Amino acid sequence: MTSLAGFPPLFGFLVTEPVSVSHYLVVGAILFTAGVVCMAIKRNALGVLMGIELVLNGANINFVAFASPYLQSTDGRSLGLDGDVIAVFVILLAAAEAAVALAIVLNFYNNHATVDVDRADDLKG
Amino acid sequence: MTPLVLAASPVLCVAPLVAAINWHSFFFLLFAAIACVFAIAVVMADNIVRMALYLVFSLGAVAGLFFLAGAEFVGAMQLMIYVGGTLVLLVFGVMLTAQTPFVTIKSSGGDKVLAGFVATALFGTLVWSALSVPSWRQPASGVIAEPTATPLGMALVGVRVDEAPIGTPAGATRSGYLLPFEIVSVHLLVVLVGAAYLARAKRRKTPRPVEVVASVEPPASVAAHEAVGRGKRSGSVLAEGST
Repeated sequence: MTSLAGFPPLFGFLVTEPVSVSHYLVVGAILFTAGVVCMAIKRNALGVLMGIELVLNGANINFVAFASPYLQSTDGRSLGLDGDVIAVFVILLAAAEAAVALAIVLNFYNNHATVDVDRADDLKG
Repeated sequence: MTPLVLAASPVLCVAPLVAAINWHSFFFLLFAAIACVFAIAVVMADNIVRMALYLVFSLGAVAGLFFLAGAEFVGAMQLMIYVGGTLVLLVFGVMLTAQTPFVTIKSSGGDKVLAGFVATALFGTLVWSALSVPSWRQPASGVIAEPTATPLGMALVGVRVDEAPIGTPAGATRSGYLLPFEIVSVHLLVVLVGAAYLARAKRRKTPRPVEVVASVEPPASVAAHEAVGRGKRSGSVLAEGST
C-alpha cells in the first residue's frame, strides 16, 4: 500500500489494481446512458442514429467483458466464445440497421426537406 | 553536486510511482476516458458534424477496450465495420442533409433537464447493478488470453477448436455457430438490397401523351387529382434537383 502514496487517494487504486469486469460494465453503462439521452433529446434524425450506435456499443462492451477469459477472476467461468460471437453479430446488425435507417432518413429528407424528427407527424391522428 | 541531486529528485520521486502502475489498467483507463468523454461530447454537441467526429473517437476507443479485454477479432471488426463502414455511412448522411438550418437543431431546455433526470436514474441503476455482484468485482486473474481469431472463425463455420468450459464431459461434441452465421449473412444481404432500394434516386414520371391530350379539358375530379399529385411532387427536393 505504500506504493499508493503518490497517487490521488481516491482514484489511485484504479491505476495500480488490475481491472475487473465491473470496470468494463461501468464504461458500458456510461456509453449506454449517453446513447439513450442522445436518442431522447436530439431532434436531428442522424443524431438519433448516433445515439443508437452508442447504445449498441455499450451493450457490446458488456458482452466482450463477460466473454474475456482475462477478466475472469478465479473460477474461470466466462461466456467464452459466445460473447465474442454475439458481439460480432451485434456489430453486423448495427451496420445493417444503420444502412436501412439512413435510407429512411434520406427519403424523409426528400419528402419533407428537413431532418427534424419533430416534423415527422404525418401519421398523427 | 546540488544541481545534479535537484535534477534527479523528480526522477527518484516518480520512479516508484511508475513501478506501481499496472499498465493494463493504465491503458484501460486511458481508452475508457476517451470513450466516455467523447460519448458525452456527442450528447452535448449541437453541431451534427462535430457529433459525427466525436462518435468516431468514442467508437475507436471502444475498439481499444476490446483489444485490452483480449477480444482482438471483435476489436478489429469494430474498427473495420463500425469506424470504417457505419460511420462513413453516417457522415455521408450528414453531408447529404447538411443544409444550414439543419446542422444545428437545438433541443429545448425542458427536454434537456428531463433527460438529465432520466439519465441520472438510469446511470445510477446500471452502475449499482454493475458493482453489486461480488464476483464481477474481483480483479482480473491475469490469465494470458488466447488469440480468439482462429477459434471464432472456425466456430462460425461449425467447428469448435477452443477449450471446452469446465464441467463439460470429455469428448462431448459442441455446436458451432453455422446457423446464426447463415441467418445473419442472409439478413445482411436482404437488408442492404432493401436499403439500396429505399434510397434509390426517384425518377419523375414524364406525362404520357394520352394524359397530355386528355388534359386539354380535364374533368374536375382529374384536375383535382393532378393538383394533389403536383403538390406532392413539388415537396420532393432531390427529385426536382436531379431533373
